[in-house]
Amino acid sequence: MSNTMNTSSTAGFISARRLLFWSGIVALCAWVLVPIYLVALGALGGRTGAYQWPKNFLPTDISLQPFLLFLRTEGVFQSFLNSLGAAGITVALSIALGAPAGYALARYNFRGKDSYRLLVLLTRAFPLAILALPLTVSYIRLGLYDTVLGVGLIHTVLALPFAALVTQGIFLGVPRELEEAAWVFGCTRIQAFFKVVAPLALPGLVATAVFAFVISWNEVFAASVLTVRHRTLTAYLLTVLSESPMHYRFAGGLMLILPSVVFIFAVRRYLFAIWGVSSK
Amino acid sequence: MANIVIENIKKSFGAFQALKGVSLTINDGEFVSLLGPSGCGKTTLLRIIAGLETSTSGDVLIGEKSVIGLPPKDRGLAMVFQNYAVFPHMTVYENVAFGLRMQKADDARVKKQVEKAAGLLHIEPYLDRYPNKLSGGQRQRVAVARALAVEPGVLLMDEPLSNLDALLRLEMRTELKTVLQEAGTTTIYVTHDQTEAMGLSDRIAVVHDGRIEQVGTPVEVYNHPATRFVGGFIGNPPMNFITMPVTNGQVAAGSQQFAVPAQGGEIVLGLRGETVERAQSGQGLDMQVRVAEPMGSHLLLTGSIFGQPARVILPATETVKNGATVGLTLDPKRLTWLSPESGVSYPAAA
Repeated sequence: MSNTMNTSSTAGFISARRLLFWSGIVALCAWVLVPIYLVALGALGGRTGAYQWPKNFLPTDISLQPFLLFLRTEGVFQSFLNSLGAAGITVALSIALGAPAGYALARYNFRGKDSYRLLVLLTRAFPLAILALPLTVSYIRLGLYDTVLGVGLIHTVLALPFAALVTQGIFLGVPRELEEAAWVFGCTRIQAFFKVVAPLALPGLVATAVFAFVISWNEVFAASVLTVRHRTLTAYLLTVLSESPMHYRFAGGLMLILPSVVFIFAVRRYLFAIWGVSSK
Repeated sequence: MANIVIENIKKSFGAFQALKGVSLTINDGEFVSLLGPSGCGKTTLLRIIAGLETSTSGDVLIGEKSVIGLPPKDRGLAMVFQNYAVFPHMTVYENVAFGLRMQKADDARVKKQVEKAAGLLHIEPYLDRYPNKLSGGQRQRVAVARALAVEPGVLLMDEPLSNLDALLRLEMRTELKTVLQEAGTTTIYVTHDQTEAMGLSDRIAVVHDGRIEQVGTPVEVYNHPATRFVGGFIGNPPMNFITMPVTNGQVAAGSQQFAVPAQGGEIVLGLRGETVERAQSGQGLDMQVRVAEPMGSHLLLTGSIFGQPARVILPATETVKNGATVGLTLDPKRLTWLSPESGVSYPAAA
C-alpha cells in the first residue's frame, strides 16, 4: 500500500519536474523569439501590417515585397556590406592579436602580468565620446576617415581586451600536460600549439570570434562619427530611420538582428565544448 | 637504448631549494625508481631530465651526450604523465602514432609500431575510439603504448598508476613489469608508493628533501637503509628505531648480546618488525604489547620496547593478549645500527 503511494508520488514529482523544465525552456525561448517574430511581422507586413492594431499574430498578410523594397533603398545594401567588412576585420584582428596575448597570459609568468591584465581592461575606461574628436582628426590625417578599415580598427580596439582575457581562460582550460606530452613526443612549441592546443581551444576561439563579431555589428557611435558616405548598417539606419515609415524601421531592425542570429546558429556546435575538455 | 648520468643537479624556485645537488647514474636498460614523499623534488628531477624544466646548475647526459639546453623533442625520450595526457581530439590509434608521425615515419612503419605497442598493452579493440570513451585504466594503457611506440632510448614515468584504483593499480603494475622487461628500455619511474617501487625496480633511489638518501636494489634499501628516513619511509609497518645503551661495544637485548660499531653511549637499533621470533618464556628482548591485531596472514603487535614505540609482526599461529609482555629473539644478520646523532646507519657487519 505505502509502496504504491510512494511510486505515485515519485511519478508526480518527476512529472512536476518535467513540467517545470519544459515551461522554463518555453519561457526562455519566448523571451528571445517573440520580439524577433514581432519585428519580422512588422518588416514583412508592409505599411498596413506595421500599423495594424490589434496585431494579427499569425503571418497571414505577409510577403517579402516590403523587405526587398527596403533592401533596394539606396545605401542599405552597401552599408550592410560595410558592416560585414568592419565586423570581418574586427574578428580577424582580435583573434590574431588577442589569442596570442591570451596564450601568453595563460602559460607564461612574467613580471607585471597582473598589471598588464588590468591595463588591457583600462583601455575600455575612456569613453569613446571623449576620444571621438582627436580620433577623427588623426583618422583624417592617416587617410582612414570614412573607410571600412578605419571602423574595423576602432572596433578591434573595443573587442581586443575581451578577446585577450576570454582566450586566456580558454587556454587555461587546455591541460598543460597535453602540451608537454606534445613537446616530449617531437613537437616544437609552435607545432604543439597548432596540433594540440588549437584544436582543443577551437570551440572557445570560435565563441570569442562570435563575440567580436557581435561587438562590431552592434557598435553605432564610433561608426557614426568616423564615417560619412561609407556607413555601416547601424550608423546608416540611425541617420535615416527617424525619417522613414514604420515598416522600414522594422525592416532595418530585422536586418540588424538576422546576421547575428544566423552566425551564432552556424557556429553553435563550437559553442559547446565538443571534446569534453571544457573548463577543467 | 641509452644510459643516463645526472651530475650535481640543483634547482631553486626563488628562495626554495627543490634539488640540492643530485647525482645518479642509470645504466642502459635499467629500471630505476625515484621514491619519496610528495614535495621531495622527485618530479622536478624527472622534469629536468625530460627538458620540461630547467635546472639551476648541473648536467644531464643521455647516451654520453649532454642534453642541457636541448628541447624535449631532441632528447630521445618518451614520457608517461600522471594524468595520462592522452590527446582527447585524436583516436587511440592517432595517439599511439603521434610520436612516429612527428618523426615523419612512413605509414607502413607507423602501422607496424602502433599495432605492436597496442598488442603489448591489449588496446587493439579501442584503436578507433576517442579517449573520452575509455576508462582511466584504458587511457593509462594508451599513454604507455604511445610512449613505447616510438621505441625511446629512455622512458620517463611520472606516477603513472597513482590515478587508478587499488585493484587496477596492482594489475597494471604486474603488466608494466612484463611489458618493460620485454622492451628493455631504460626507465626512470617516479612514485611515492613504496610497493610500486619495490615491485618494479632494478634499483631504487630514495629522494628526501631535495637529496638522494640512498640508491640500491629494493632488498638492499629495505634491509639496510642508509638513513633513518629511508628505514621509516620504506616498509609497512615502518622500521622500528630503538635507542639502546652501549657498554664496552656491546648492546644487551634480553639474553642476547650484540657487538655494535660504538664503544659507549647510545646507539639506535633499526629493527624490521617481521625479523623477530618469539623467545622462550623469560628470555629475549621484552616488548610491552598495547594492542595485538590478528590480521589473518600475520599477527601485528603494537606497543613499546625500551619504552619506545614499536611494531612487530609474529606468525598468525601465535596468540598474544593485549597488555601482555612478550620476549623477542632478534636475528643478528638482519639488524641495522644507526648513529643517534646523524641518523645515518653504520655499514652492515661483514
